Amino acid sequence: MIKIKDLHKSYKMGSNSLHVLKGINFNVEEGELVAIMGSSGSGKSTLLNILGMLDLLDSGSYELDGVPIKNLDETKAANYRNKFLGFVFQSFNLINYKTALENVTLPLYYQGLKRKDREETALNYLEDVGLKEWATHLPSELSGGQKQRVAIARAMASKPKVLLADEPTGALDSKTSKEVMALIQQINKSGKTILIVTHEEDIAKMCSRIVRLKDGVIMEDKKNKMKSAI
Amino acid sequence: MFSRDRWLEIFETINKNKLRTFLSGFTVALGILIFVVLFGFGNGLRNTFEKFFKDDALNTIWLNPSRTSKPYMGYEANRRIEFDNDDMEDIQKRFDFYIEGMTPRISFSGNVGYKLESNNYSIRGVGPSHQKNEMTIIMRGRYINGLDVENKERNVVIGRLVEQDLFKGEDGVGKFISGGGRSWKVVGVFQDDGGDREERIIYAPYTTVQSIRKSTDKVDQIIISYKPEIGFAGAVAFEKQLKKYMKQKKFIDPKDPRGIFIRSASSDLKENDQFASVLQYIISFVGIGTLLAGIIGISNIMVFVVKERTKELGIRKAIGATPKSIVGMILHESIFITTISGYFGLLIGVGLLNFIGDKLEEEYYITDPSIDISTGIAATILLIIFGAFAGYLPAKRAAQIKPIEALRDE
Repeated sequence: MIKIKDLHKSYKMGSNSLHVLKGINFNVEEGELVAIMGSSGSGKSTLLNILGMLDLLDSGSYELDGVPIKNLDETKAANYRNKFLGFVFQSFNLINYKTALENVTLPLYYQGLKRKDREETALNYLEDVGLKEWATHLPSELSGGQKQRVAIARAMASKPKVLLADEPTGALDSKTSKEVMALIQQINKSGKTILIVTHEEDIAKMCSRIVRLKDGVIMEDKKNKMKSAI
Repeated sequence: MFSRDRWLEIFETINKNKLRTFLSGFTVALGILIFVVLFGFGNGLRNTFEKFFKDDALNTIWLNPSRTSKPYMGYEANRRIEFDNDDMEDIQKRFDFYIEGMTPRISFSGNVGYKLESNNYSIRGVGPSHQKNEMTIIMRGRYINGLDVENKERNVVIGRLVEQDLFKGEDGVGKFISGGGRSWKVVGVFQDDGGDREERIIYAPYTTVQSIRKSTDKVDQIIISYKPEIGFAGAVAFEKQLKKYMKQKKFIDPKDPRGIFIRSASSDLKENDQFASVLQYIISFVGIGTLLAGIIGISNIMVFVVKERTKELGIRKAIGATPKSIVGMILHESIFITTISGYFGLLIGVGLLNFIGDKLEEEYYITDPSIDISTGIAATILLIIFGAFAGYLPAKRAAQIKPIEALRDE
């Protein structure tokens, strides 16, 4: 599903250049639930941003579902993101003046679906995450766990090939974290490829593969016996 | 681009961001409102000015005879010059190119009565074009016409106050008044902005007056209106030639400052025109200044709006919005808001001007303040364009910012 070869990325900080990713080689098969671990500054978020086409790579190659991702301009990247990827962020990133339902319909709006179809689809996904009754509520009326579940429903609504989650449980307590992870595991069981960036061992153990990054290189890449969240 | 879905999305956004919508809408509406009101006041000032100076038509030359002060060609000094109907015909023949209309004026006064009422009024024997020279406004009936002059009809046109005095609220048109031992038919009633005195006048055909007054063909004054298209320079030339021609005709020394007096509005006209154009400049300056303030206001708000929405735009981009759709959305929204609120500002402004009407005339010299509707619409469109332009630049920048940076913006 994902093929990455010799990926390099550096950031310019004034006159200095910060080399963040120093040659990453990394493949993900369909249906895997991968945890990308590392302390802060290890380059894990940068890797996820490049995978998510939110950021550009300096050198190396990146292939997603057989499509080489290169020469990205903003419009092309936007179309790929809409077609291939679903995002879950640590800070949820819901649009605060839109209801849960409207937030979930938004990617479908950009896919060009009709309004009626959008709402029907979005409601189904809200039902999947157990929030059908909360459809008309604003994000400010939802708890953190609920917000993240809405965000997951939004990410899933566009039927992405890969779900990318950046510290999805970072802003949640341990009980809610487990609930969210249970939801992610459940989605994974239905065959979806999922990548999670985390620094929590507990969360990583709930994934089928753990990749450890340190100083911009992969230190360890091993299969894991997936531990059920609940 | 303007699909129903886009509209619904925009209505939703507007509906849920009322303060933001109100702020930008208010700026535009206020800008247009102030523009309309100030511009209207400016026009009101000009109206007052025109009313002051334009009671008499501006393209008028008055020819008045007087006594000569120098002997010339065998004639003694202090000879009395008189005009008659032949002079008018000759002038018409000689200067046909310049002349729009010409009328004599024979002024006298006399007792005029109706039933038991009678009063002394000034009476003027005139021709049809006199109406234009004096800017006489006919309220009912008609003015003296060509047939009256030709047939020496005993038809008269009376001032509003004459009618009030004699007829006591009755309609005077069609009734007969007595004067000089004869009866005269009232064919019209007029008003005049020149004041009460001007409305206590009776006009009669000059030929009729001449025949009654011992069948002379003398006239007191000749009033000529020239074609306005000959312009200021043409008017000055015409005046000069006319004076020369008349002096020659009446055997007056060309160097005699007396004999014939010519009064014309053309020399005043230039000064008046200059004053009017200075007023126009001031009005335009105020208008442009107000619009500029409005443009700056809406630009500021658009920059602020886009800044405030940076994170939202980042989220939209992360889930698949193209830069084009982001810019389109912001522009669509801003044009919609500025159009609606600009229209409201225009309506309120015009309504306010209508409401003010002549309330400020007495104290502030603002008469009938109003604005040319096309000026108002042009100003509104200008503001919409600049609002869109002001929104476009930050929107384009926001659309090109990497989503990851937009998402970090808290």
